Amino acid sequence: MSAHVNAPSRAPQDLSESITGGVGESPSRPDGNLKVRGDYAYSSDLWAEDMLWGATLRSPHPYARIAGIDVGQALAYPGVYAVLTHEDVPGDNRYGLKIVDQPVLAEDVVRFRGEAVALVAADHPETARRAVELIAVDYEVLDPVTDPKRAAHDGTLPKLHPESGRENNLVRYQPVVRGRQDVSADVVVSGTYTLGMQDQAFLGPESGLAIPAEDGGVELYLSTQDLHSDRKQTARALGLPPDKVRLTMSGVGGAFGGREDLSIQAHVCMLAMHTGKPVKMMYDREESFYGHVHRHPAEMYFEHGATREGKLVYLKARMYFDGGAYASKTPVVVGNATTLGTGPYEVPNVDIAGWGVYTNNPPCGAMRGLGAVQPAFAYEAQMDKLASALDMDPVELRQRNAVDQGSVLHTGQKLDYPAPVGELIERARNLPMPPERDPAAEPDIRDLPGGAANTTHGEDVARGVGYAAIIKNVSYAEGADDYSTARVSLQAVGGEAVAMVHTAAAEVGQGLVTVQQQIARTELGVERVNIHPNDTSVGDSGSSSASRQTYITGGAVKTACEAVRETLFERATARLGHAVPDLTIVDGKLVSDSHGVLADVVDILGDEVIECTREYHHRPTYPLDPETGQSELVHVQHAFSVHRAVVDVDTQLGLVKVVALDCVQDVGKSVNPDAIVGQIQGGAVQGMGLAVMEEIQVSDGLIRNPSFTDYLIPTILDTPPMKVDIIERGDPHAPYGVRGVGEPPTISAGPAVLAAIRAATGLDLTHAPAGPEHITGTAH
Amino acid sequence: MDFLRAASLDDALATKAQRPDIAPIAGGTDLMVAINFDHIRPSGLLDLTSVPELADWSESGGVIRIGAGVPYARIISELGEHLPGLAMASRTVASPQIRNRGTVGGNLATASPSGDAHPALLACAAEVELASVRGTRRLPVAEFFTGVKRSAAEPDELITAVHLARATGPQQFAKVGTRNAMVISVCAFSVALHPDRAEVGTGLGSAAPTPRRAVEAEEFLAGELTSRGMWTDPRPLPETVVTRFGELVAAAAAPIDDVRGTASYRRHALGVLARRTVGWTWDEYSTGRQTCA
Amino acid sequence: MRLNLTVNGRPHQADEAWEGESLLHVLRERLGLPGSKNACEQGECGSCTVYLDDVPVCSCMVAAGQAQGRAVRTVEGLADGDRLDAVQQSFVDSGAVQCGFCTPGLLVQAHDLIERNPEPTDAEIRESLAGNLCRCTGYEKIMDAVRLAAQRKAVS
Repeated sequence: MSAHVNAPSRAPQDLSESITGGVGESPSRPDGNLKVRGDYAYSSDLWAEDMLWGATLRSPHPYARIAGIDVGQALAYPGVYAVLTHEDVPGDNRYGLKIVDQPVLAEDVVRFRGEAVALVAADHPETARRAVELIAVDYEVLDPVTDPKRAAHDGTLPKLHPESGRENNLVRYQPVVRGRQDVSADVVVSGTYTLGMQDQAFLGPESGLAIPAEDGGVELYLSTQDLHSDRKQTARALGLPPDKVRLTMSGVGGAFGGREDLSIQAHVCMLAMHTGKPVKMMYDREESFYGHVHRHPAEMYFEHGATREGKLVYLKARMYFDGGAYASKTPVVVGNATTLGTGPYEVPNVDIAGWGVYTNNPPCGAMRGLGAVQPAFAYEAQMDKLASALDMDPVELRQRNAVDQGSVLHTGQKLDYPAPVGELIERARNLPMPPERDPAAEPDIRDLPGGAANTTHGEDVARGVGYAAIIKNVSYAEGADDYSTARVSLQAVGGEAVAMVHTAAAEVGQGLVTVQQQIARTELGVERVNIHPNDTSVGDSGSSSASRQTYITGGAVKTACEAVRETLFERATARLGHAVPDLTIVDGKLVSDSHGVLADVVDILGDEVIECTREYHHRPTYPLDPETGQSELVHVQHAFSVHRAVVDVDTQLGLVKVVALDCVQDVGKSVNPDAIVGQIQGGAVQGMGLAVMEEIQVSDGLIRNPSFTDYLIPTILDTPPMKVDIIERGDPHAPYGVRGVGEPPTISAGPAVLAAIRAATGLDLTHAPAGPEHITGTAH
Repeated sequence: MDFLRAASLDDALATKAQRPDIAPIAGGTDLMVAINFDHIRPSGLLDLTSVPELADWSESGGVIRIGAGVPYARIISELGEHLPGLAMASRTVASPQIRNRGTVGGNLATASPSGDAHPALLACAAEVELASVRGTRRLPVAEFFTGVKRSAAEPDELITAVHLARATGPQQFAKVGTRNAMVISVCAFSVALHPDRAEVGTGLGSAAPTPRRAVEAEEFLAGELTSRGMWTDPRPLPETVVTRFGELVAAAAAPIDDVRGTASYRRHALGVLARRTVGWTWDEYSTGRQTCA
Repeated sequence: MRLNLTVNGRPHQADEAWEGESLLHVLRERLGLPGSKNACEQGECGSCTVYLDDVPVCSCMVAAGQAQGRAVRTVEGLADGDRLDAVQQSFVDSGAVQCGFCTPGLLVQAHDLIERNPEPTDAEIRESLAGNLCRCTGYEKIMDAVRLAAQRKAVS
């Protein structure tokens, strides 16, 4: 491997295990053995001789002016090597994904509880913690802005980012308007829906190790979703050219959007460069809740009009997204929510508006399904409400309005690829139902709401079934040049042709490493494909987000493989002395239909390495008109899934046991069927969590439950068996016809579970998560 | 911070007498969270896992003494028949890994209103054994809890055991959490029938600043059973009795709104749990079937 | 504080451990055994599960000093040389590993389950693994893996 001279122990490994299987098969992960042995190197495992430990002082207040910071006592504490504040930020003290608005370390003001104020490097984590305590910050506490609606409209509130130039505390306002605005309908239903703040709750804590380099730069080993975005922001903060900031991916313990923004990156590099020593930073679970962005909570008013026959006539929607103290992905959340707010349904007359705002609440940004999860809870609740008002089967209503290929969405975009929503809904309805509960049989309490806590033996348990169909955009949108870079090499090693794939595309657990190997095997006709660790010595791949990597980085790997193959064919032609028209590579041999086996790939290669680096760009998208939200092609691709949930609800205690959570999804082309099932099941359970238990509770800007004791995610006892029905309706614009897979199930699972709880209880339930107090009417 | 390993109870008590601020540690399932998250820094840790006097349970004259170091896993597997309420409660504690380490002694030491063992201990009229170099005393568990995470243990005392009479009638425990496993109680309830003395025991968790009994509910139900002659001639419990019992249990609660639930939900849910569990215990009593954890 | 303990059958010594450290920290940062994972350090996620004298525990909840003289077995001690334990192999074969951060703890806990209960029912598997959080898989393939491991152990 291409280890740096001073690479730390437990640096990332090449993945070189012998596994076979091309596109469409289900080979196992090349990192699976390392992971089950405990040998896979995660960023929290990094270690270097003589390393120091970094720690962060965070603001205890959601909004305060900093009158002064005294680091004297902390600096004098034995074992402390550095105490840094904003004055020590070598470059520009600002970073941000879309809008550069967040200080690396707070200057004169803190805008959220948890904002980084100062840093310490010390010889032991405990020394660092004690020193953090000794930093004296003089705060003048201010009244926090915490109401997102007021933040959008109330000019009397303090402006948290006056430099933004936008009205009040707006980050983005986006209307999407199409058709007539003065329409009426036979039947009208409306509702206001709210969504709590969800946490990604990845298990691997934010962590990394920075090592100062001899050229004045820094080597950073870390877990992230996007190495190049991190590098750009970190280099800016360090005042270094990007090539002096070299990032290498260490094992990532899940991400789900929570690693798109910077956490430790600039901080740990500052400490390393200041002390001249390797420095490791690692958040504990409590700090992690303050150290990364969350899913935007939302308040959404939706009003649908329909004909008596159940055809949608109009949609009016107003959505507010609380972005918290810094912008992060708020602009994208507003863009996605407003462009996907109709759901996968044709609506001729649309008036949608979305506001994303700054407040002094915890910053919110990317999380799986960003901007699409929130409106899905609203439009799917509305579809059931409308079906009830029409006295119509809710599945039938959805089918009657489902989009299909050729449909024109409310942005004006025409779906020029399969959009088999009606088929997905039909298949979901036809999946076998779980067995009915037998009231006469002795129940196993573990199968009932409340589980082993013995709250019911079947009393007051009602079953409900709910459906949800959703739409999600894939990849970057609104005119972003979305691309990825892959470097693929081919050489003979020990008499065998071996390919190496090198990208910066983050493997966060989703199995991109497996997919890259499959593509290279398929394109190059060789069995052995090694995966180089992700790093910044190769070009940008963008982030592992927006369900985009199999599409975009898959496309880059495919393109680079094709270039390698072409080069090989050119050499073969030169060797053979004549051109052969229909060359392919099969099992390491050059084969043509007309001539049979022509040569071994290893013989053509000899001692040389063929290496090609290629970029893959998806077709261009276009921005939204700021007034009307119209766009020729705002999203490069849409993905669709349908969930059917079956729940048992203890109607007296408000406890829920999800009995089944079955999914039908169009994946375009199933590159790795087993891995896709894993993505869908895992994504579904995150959506289920949001429907029944997951909420970061914030009051007056303070997180009340920053721990896994009180921020609950589903356990294996909360999780039902999940059937997955995959269909493949290829997108002609995408490599192999693939369609993004990762996010849709997270979006459809939650509304389906909530619909099932409504069906079981007859309640409206307008808030997600629906906790026991909502179901029992004891919330206040 | 230093670390001291007690080899015997005398050793442990001597240390605690000299250094009352030292933190005793057994399973560590509460204390280590606080240390890992930098919430406390005790002057030292006193490891009790090697103290033989705390490590086992024994029975004498119908009373079971559970050493403070006996983990929940052993209560579930070894005492399910003798102490069904406590065994059921133990099964709801956190996860198997935690039940392998965590102890009733530790639960009492933390004295949280949400401690899972407490309602069952209250319903069984357990006694807490406290020891110091000054001697050993036993305290009814209802008198042990004095406030939120405060107890009657003196600074030089260690919790050494709990004593519970072997069950003479059915017992139940039920706990509400917002997840189906691995959850701190939003509220919990335990009920025990004591036919030997024609009494009913109850215990409420996460319902007040301390775990507490619903004394009126106990007296009401015992009175009804006695006056109707149902201890000796068990017939179905009248619906009015079940309802009233539930109301009295709910009325005994003085819950708060917090991050895990509202006061209003807790009061409501305790009523539901009381009605259901009393139904189950009565069903067992009248049919002779027993539920185990 | 100096500590002596046996890990995966070998004697280990850790010097200068701070008394407030957990067994997990000692394994990861002092003994070069980072396989056991540090996801929550509050006993809620199970990713640090190790055998302590043959009993699975959350190593983040064991004070370093409490491991003195004890025998610890971690995920690194499950395989027999190059041969993976049936539980490990089944996790790979069933696709039960995604990011893998929960995997070490799940493996130890599932290993113990099958040792004690060679033919667990689904409900028993779920109750036994309820203290091991996984955020990637939705647990279905973990169920598959444990069932497969039990089958494989039964025939071997």
